[in-house]
Amino acid sequence: MTDRIPSGTRDVLPDEMRELRALTERVRAVFERAGYGEVYTPALEYESQLQRGDLSSTSPAYRMFDEQGNVLVLRSDMTLPIARLVSTRYPSDGSPLRFCYFAHAYRGVRPQRGQSREFLQAGVELIGVPAPEGTAEALTVLKSALDAAGLRTYSIGFGDASLYPALLEAVGVDQPAQERLLLELVRGNFVALEHEINGLGLADEQSELLLRVPHIRGGPEVLDGFSGLLQEVLIGMRDVHALLEPEVAERVIFDLGLVRSIGYYTGAVFQVYDPAHGVPIGSGGRYDDLLGRFGKPRPAVGFALNVERLHIALTGEERL
Amino acid sequence: VNDLRIAVPRGALFGDTLDLLDRLGLDTSEVRDNDRKLLFDAAGIVTMRPSDVPTYVAAGAADLGITGKDVLMEQSEREVYELVDLGYGRCTMVLATVAGQDRASEALRRLGVVRIATKYPKIATRHFEDTGRQAEIVEVKGSVELAPLTGLAEGIVDLTATGTTLRENGLVVREEIATCTARLIANPVAHKLKARSIDFLLERLRAV
Repeated sequence: MTDRIPSGTRDVLPDEMRELRALTERVRAVFERAGYGEVYTPALEYESQLQRGDLSSTSPAYRMFDEQGNVLVLRSDMTLPIARLVSTRYPSDGSPLRFCYFAHAYRGVRPQRGQSREFLQAGVELIGVPAPEGTAEALTVLKSALDAAGLRTYSIGFGDASLYPALLEAVGVDQPAQERLLLELVRGNFVALEHEINGLGLADEQSELLLRVPHIRGGPEVLDGFSGLLQEVLIGMRDVHALLEPEVAERVIFDLGLVRSIGYYTGAVFQVYDPAHGVPIGSGGRYDDLLGRFGKPRPAVGFALNVERLHIALTGEERL
Repeated sequence: VNDLRIAVPRGALFGDTLDLLDRLGLDTSEVRDNDRKLLFDAAGIVTMRPSDVPTYVAAGAADLGITGKDVLMEQSEREVYELVDLGYGRCTMVLATVAGQDRASEALRRLGVVRIATKYPKIATRHFEDTGRQAEIVEVKGSVELAPLTGLAEGIVDLTATGTTLRENGLVVREEIATCTARLIANPVAHKLKARSIDFLLERLRAV
């Protein structure tokens, strides 16, 4: 009988390892050139520490005990460990901090193509630079990293996690209903979303607005032509767009339906798409409230690329 | 629309789905004439079992798909966008038992647990969990009506359109779990990268 390895994990042989290594080295050069110094944190963390962040959607799947009976978890992303690192090692630093990482994270996903339980992330965290400058810098570094990786047909989805909640608040939707609507939006269930909206008893034009906004996506022109409320909530995205170099902006899909995939995102959210792969290759966003839960409050933004999916997309592009 | 690949379910939803695609301006004649072929590149259509539609769409092997809400409920872990309730193919997911005295509620009352045969183990499990009752779910692949007649289970959870099959087998509906209609689903990445084609299709869908 063959000795087995846990579901959702795998061995990497030299051919794949060479390709992965070459890929991460190209990305690392971009991060370093942009001033992001590489850090590494332990794969194991105290559960009580990481619980200070909002774990709702990335809660660790693997727990164990140390010899004192403390509960340890395998990290489910790198953002929380870096938030912890910043608060302990740079407790009062006021100047911007730039970190990058190439590290494995662990989630209890159902194993399938591009969905491993142990997966390599390549990402950056930019701490201490608020929107819109920090967001624009993160998008720029993301674009350079994807170019260096060798991806040709990618797009970067850019939305704002605070947009739809602000819209719901403004039309007077109560808190429990807001949560129901946001849940359906995160699930991508537009049928249930419509059902919920129609049950709110809003004026027709307000219902129509709530229904229409999540479907709005495209070039920068989608940010224009609105009046009143929507125009105001779009100011944040427009400010970021104004700071982007043309070659970055042309990769961006402005997406008003993009909502937070991870609980700690507060503003801008990103997703990386490539036609060669049916699922997003990376994601990121602003998490301006997270650092405050570990120590000194600081605005922050970051993204992580899933190296395995990036590799799948690269191989797929060769065949397109 | 030419750059879209649509997963079309063979079976009960097939006819209505092709009629709908005709009204949207797709040429489905080749699909209608050929029930062995699976991939129709010119029309941008692939045909498959309804329960395979979310699999193809989630992986991006098809950009859009049409399947029943029952399939989506049973495969709720698939990451697809549910875009439109198409309205046709209306069925009800029900709990049914043999007519006369309700053996399922008797089992719950006297044994604390009921045996339920179904092709939809996740929907059945969730229904009994949500209603705070203990059920032993027995998964079968076909003719689920046979289970309560032979003593395999006290009740069934199954999809019914007219109730004829249930009646013919001496079964009656005890609880309605959900109404299921055909849904248009999309791959989340295609929904962003092929926004123009998808929105064009959705607009025509609203117009017809």
